[in-house]
Amino acid sequence: MEAVVTCRELYKIYTMGGQEVRALDGVSFDIHEGEFISIMGPSGSGKSTLMNMIGALDVPTTGSLRIAGEDIATMTPDDLASLRNRTVGFVFQQFNLLRRTTALDNVKLPLLYRDGSLDEAKIRAIEALRRVGLEDRMDHHPSQLSGGQQQRVAIARALVNNPKIILADEPTGALDSQTSEDIMQLFSELNDHGVTIIVVTHEQEVADLTRRILRLRDGHIIADEREDLVA
Amino acid sequence: MSFVNSFFTALQALRLNGLRSLLTTLGIIIGIASVIVMVAIGNGARKSVEEQIERLGSSMLTVFPSTRASRGQASGRFMPFSEKTMYALELELPDVLAVTGDISAQVTLVSAETDWATTVRGVNATYPLVRNQLVADGDFFAAEDVTSGRRYAVIGATIQREVFGEISAVGASIRLNNVPFEVIGVLAATGETFRGRDSDDVILAPLKTVRDRLAGNWRPVPDRIDSMYFLFRQGIDIDEAKADLETALRLDRNIEPGQNDNFRVLSFASFVQARNETSKTFSYLLAAAAGISLLVGGIGIMNIMLVSVTERTREIGLRMAIGARRRDIMIQFLIEAVVLCTIGGLIGLALGLGGAYAITSLAEWEILIEPSLVIIAIVTSLAVGIVFGFFPARQAARLSPIDALRYE
Ligand SMILES: Nc1ncnc2c1ncn2[C@@H]1O[C@H](COP(=O)(O)OP(=O)(O)OP(=O)(O)O)[C@@H](O)[C@H]1O
Ligand SMILES: [Mg+2]
Repeated sequence: MEAVVTCRELYKIYTMGGQEVRALDGVSFDIHEGEFISIMGPSGSGKSTLMNMIGALDVPTTGSLRIAGEDIATMTPDDLASLRNRTVGFVFQQFNLLRRTTALDNVKLPLLYRDGSLDEAKIRAIEALRRVGLEDRMDHHPSQLSGGQQQRVAIARALVNNPKIILADEPTGALDSQTSEDIMQLFSELNDHGVTIIVVTHEQEVADLTRRILRLRDGHIIADEREDLVA
Repeated sequence: MSFVNSFFTALQALRLNGLRSLLTTLGIIIGIASVIVMVAIGNGARKSVEEQIERLGSSMLTVFPSTRASRGQASGRFMPFSEKTMYALELELPDVLAVTGDISAQVTLVSAETDWATTVRGVNATYPLVRNQLVADGDFFAAEDVTSGRRYAVIGATIQREVFGEISAVGASIRLNNVPFEVIGVLAATGETFRGRDSDDVILAPLKTVRDRLAGNWRPVPDRIDSMYFLFRQGIDIDEAKADLETALRLDRNIEPGQNDNFRVLSFASFVQARNETSKTFSYLLAAAAGISLLVGGIGIMNIMLVSVTERTREIGLRMAIGARRRDIMIQFLIEAVVLCTIGGLIGLALGLGGAYAITSLAEWEILIEPSLVIIAIVTSLAVGIVFGFFPARQAARLSPIDALRYE
């Protein structure tokens, strides 16, 4: 299988008031197409920092990072925007839906930042909502939806451009355990269709639903557990 | 993101902050309204100047005496002209087509019905030609009538209306300060007012008759006239003709080099333009008001857009996270500022048109409402939107996605 994410000696160093914080302290690993992987670790270990790098929301201080075969160091801001638009889909802990905007319009949003007709965008957005089981709620505003439903809308938004990778930073952090399970089930289904899924989580039960666990501590990878080894 | 989508996104964002958005545009509304009133008045003034010059002729010069102010001292007395001088100048200057003198007196008109206080002006038979004045009814008097001092009167449109009403005054006998006159014609209305006086409230009569019977003789200059009008051939350089006329008059009136003139020569163009100075001054004031309002309004827009960018930092972060490029964000906020300004501009346009109409009915300035006013309003508000929206939009576009997303 081809590697969709390749990290080599990745560092992210914040300097605050002369104090150096090494959020990522030399991280190297590969993620292959079709993997379903969770990243675990204590608070402050650098999980979100790593996710933001892979999602092209942030750039490393040093080190090389290739996403879907492209070296992000050589990419222009527009290239990075296009990568965020088409190659990766981000799911946030706090859903980050636009208020006072219908579920359908929220899901449509990424399609508006690429070429294509509005009619086609609508069809694809409805299809994405159908995949998360919310096509009957497409005219609802986020405030009219439960937390789990809002997260599904957010997942539909991440899906709508058929990304290679879905990145979810604590997607179940704000949800109860039953709803969390449903969301993980949804990711699992998407993974069955070939989408690479990376989930950050604090909960072992959530991580157990994935096939590989990457453990971080103080910006280092301290363990990389594969399903066959875990079992 | 396509332009249409950006436009709807902007409209939606503005709708969410309806009242705040509207208040923000107040400066723009006032600014654009001032611009519209200013342009309407400016156009109106220009049009009326053009019309008057067209009607009165651009090749006519008016000459009237002024007090001689020499070394700061006014001699205090007007030196009138004489008919002799006028005819001499007519012969001397090559391009003169016709001349007329003018001597006026305040009179009371007594007719069968009413008494009417008005001005009688003694002029030559050439007056209609020189002043481009039409006779609506009856005739103007002829040159012999002037020489022989006939008591003929040609009355202005206002007198026809106010004294004689519907019935034509031609043929009527009237008395002007007890001197009997016969009305032989009615002038076409000019519709003008000059220094608050109705130009149609006038009686024209032969020059000699008015001087001898009404204005009173003045011994030092028995053939005196108060002012003279010179009509030149079309197409000559009127400023050159004016200079020649001045030189000839200085000679005639024995004015030494270095001494000030005791007369003034005005071309009608300058005459008419001077009359429009008030509306011009008003236009400048409005221009200043418009400029300040647009500046203040623009800063208001900039301020509200900066607030909006700050409030919506997370939204910007999210949009970037799902693929918005910097220019998409930039355009989104620019359009928002421009739409805001344009809404203000359209309200200002409506207000300005209302204001312009109000002003024409209050002051007697002509306004000219042209379709171009709409374009001016829209272009101005677009420009204000772009200029003052640029900085906030750039601030938004320059945010880093991760910092924007994390913004509390
Ligand atoms: N913008 C920043 N400026 C300075 N330090 C930062 C910044 N972002 C993160 N850090 C630091 O980097 C380290 C890693 O942060 P990160 O958010 O990746 O942790 P995390 O593993 O996601 O933790 P949590 O489980 O609490 O979400 C922390 O020590 C944090 O304080
Ligand atoms: Mg985190």
